[in-house]
Amino acid sequence: MGYHRIITAFLTIIIKEVTRFVRIWGQTILPPAVSMTLYFIIFGSLIGPKIGQMGGFAYMEFIAPGIIMMSVINNSYANVVSSFFGAKFQRHIEEMLIAPIPDFVILAGYVFGGVARGLVVGLVVTIVALFFTHLHIHSYAVVISIITLTSMVFSLGGFINAVYARNFDDVSIIPTFVLTPLTYLGGVFYSIDMLPEFWQGVSRFNPILYMVNAFRYGILGVADINIFHAFAIILLFISGLTTFALVLLRRGIGLKS
Amino acid sequence: MFALEINGLQKVYKNRMHALKGVDLQVRNGDFFALLGPNGAGKSTIIGIVSSLVRKTGGKVKVFNHDMDISLNEAKSCLGVVPQEVNFSQWESCLEIVLNQAGYYGIPRKLAGERAEKYFTQLGLWEKRNDKSRTLSGGMKRRLMIARALMHEPRLLILDEPTAGVDVELRRSMWIFLQQINQTGTTIVLTTHYLEEAENLCKNIAIIDKGKIIEDTTMKALLSKLGTQSYVLDLAQSCTTIPAPNQFNLRQTDPLTLEADITRDQNINELFLYLSTAGINIASMRNKSNRLEELFIRLLNDKNPPGN
Repeated sequence: MGYHRIITAFLTIIIKEVTRFVRIWGQTILPPAVSMTLYFIIFGSLIGPKIGQMGGFAYMEFIAPGIIMMSVINNSYANVVSSFFGAKFQRHIEEMLIAPIPDFVILAGYVFGGVARGLVVGLVVTIVALFFTHLHIHSYAVVISIITLTSMVFSLGGFINAVYARNFDDVSIIPTFVLTPLTYLGGVFYSIDMLPEFWQGVSRFNPILYMVNAFRYGILGVADINIFHAFAIILLFISGLTTFALVLLRRGIGLKS
Repeated sequence: MFALEINGLQKVYKNRMHALKGVDLQVRNGDFFALLGPNGAGKSTIIGIVSSLVRKTGGKVKVFNHDMDISLNEAKSCLGVVPQEVNFSQWESCLEIVLNQAGYYGIPRKLAGERAEKYFTQLGLWEKRNDKSRTLSGGMKRRLMIARALMHEPRLLILDEPTAGVDVELRRSMWIFLQQINQTGTTIVLTTHYLEEAENLCKNIAIIDKGKIIEDTTMKALLSKLGTQSYVLDLAQSCTTIPAPNQFNLRQTDPLTLEADITRDQNINELFLYLSTAGINIASMRNKSNRLEELFIRLLNDKNPPGN
C-alpha cells in the first residue's frame, strides 16, 4: 500500500471516529460537561471555601486542572474502548481487517479518535471551569503536550481493553475498578503533601498522579512531582502500550479465530 | 493465472475441531466458481482464511499469485468479500459505509463517490443512500454488502451465500448483476444453498464435505454424471391412459399432468415423438427436481453412506 493510500486510510478512520462521537454528542460530550459542573459546584463553590487554600491557591483553582484532566482521561479511554468494542460486536471491524491497512494505521486512527474526543471534552470542561474560577496558564507548551500525551496513553489503554473484551461487562471493569480509583487517588482533589509519608510513597506509583500534577503545573505553575519525571513516565507508557497493541493486532488476538 | 490457488489448507480450531483437512482448490481468472457443501463443511472457514479473518493452521493461499504469507496486502487489494452475516455499522448511512470501505483501500473520496453512485444505481440503492443501514430490508442489506465489496473494484469477488433470505425476484436481479460483473472480468467465487443458483451462474464447481473437497470439476461434467432426469409434463388436454410400451416410465399424477424419466441413453426428442404418436399434446414441461440438488445429495451420500 503506497504512502498516499495509507494517508487516505488513516484519514478515513479519523473521519469515521470523529463523526461517531460528534453524532452521539449527547452521550459523549454533554455528560462530562454536566458532571464536571457538579464537581465545581459541590467541591469548588460549596466545600472549597471551607477548605481554604491548597498549594497556595484557592481550592477551586487548585482542583480545576485535575477535573479537566480527569475528564480527558475518562473520555479518551471511553471513546476507543466503546468504539473498537462496538466495531467488534457488530463485526464491522472486519471492514478494516480485510482491507490492506497496516496495523499501525488502524491503531493510530483509533488513538487519534480518542485523543480528539479527549481534547474536545477537555476544552468544554475548561470553558465550564471558567464560569467558576480564573485560569491563568503558566506554560502553554506543558498544558498542550501533557494533555495530548495523556490522552494518547488512555486511548491506547482503551484500545487494548477493547481487543480483549468479549462482552459489555469487560468494557466497564477497567474504568470502574482501575481507572476511577487511580484518578481519584491521583491528586485531583488534594495535594499528596497532605498524606502521611507512607501513602505519599505509595501515591508515587500511581502514573495518573504525574499526569494530573504535570497538567496542574502547566496551568498553576505548581506540582507535587518533578515535571520531567512526568514526561518520561508518559512517554514510557505510550511506547509500551503501543508495542503491546501492535502485537495484539499482529497476532489477531480477540479479532481472528 | 489462477485467481485463487489453495494448497493443502488446514484449519484446526481451538476446540480441536478439524474444519479443513488439506483443501486443494484452483479458481481460474475470470471464472464464476461455485463452492458448495452442507452446513459445517468448511466453506465459510475457507472464505474466512482467504479474507484473512481466520488464521490457517497449515497450507498455502495465493490470490492472483500473491502468497498471503508473504504479500498479504497485495492479496487483500485484489479481493472483495460479501460475508454471510451482516457486518456493517447499524448507525451509519449506506453512503458512509461504502465511502469508508473505499477509504480503507486508499481510494480518494471523489472517486469513491462516483463508484458509490454507479453501484448504488445498479443495485437499486441510490434512493436509500442517506438512510441509516439499520432501516434497510434484508435484501437491501445484502445488496449494500455487494456494493461495499465492489468499491475498490476487486479482481476476485467472494460471495458467501449472497442471496440467503432474499425473495425470488430480487434473487434473479442479483444473478443478472453478478453475471454482468463477471463478464467485465471479475472472477467470482460463490457459496450458496440454492443449488439452482450455482447451476445457473457457475461454470466450475467444487463440493466440500467434512473439510475435504469431494468433487472439483466443470458444471457441465458434473451434471452429465446424472443418469436419469425426471420431467413434469403439463398436458394441453386431459389423458386417461398411458400408451404401451412405457419406455419412459410415464406416470400420471393427475388428469392434466404426467411425469417421465429420461435415461442417459434416451433423449428428449424420443419422448416427444412417443407422446405425439400417442396423441398426447404437451402444453409445457419442467425438471421435476433440481438436477444439481440430486447430484449433490448423491455425492454426499456416496462419501457418507447412511449408517456410517
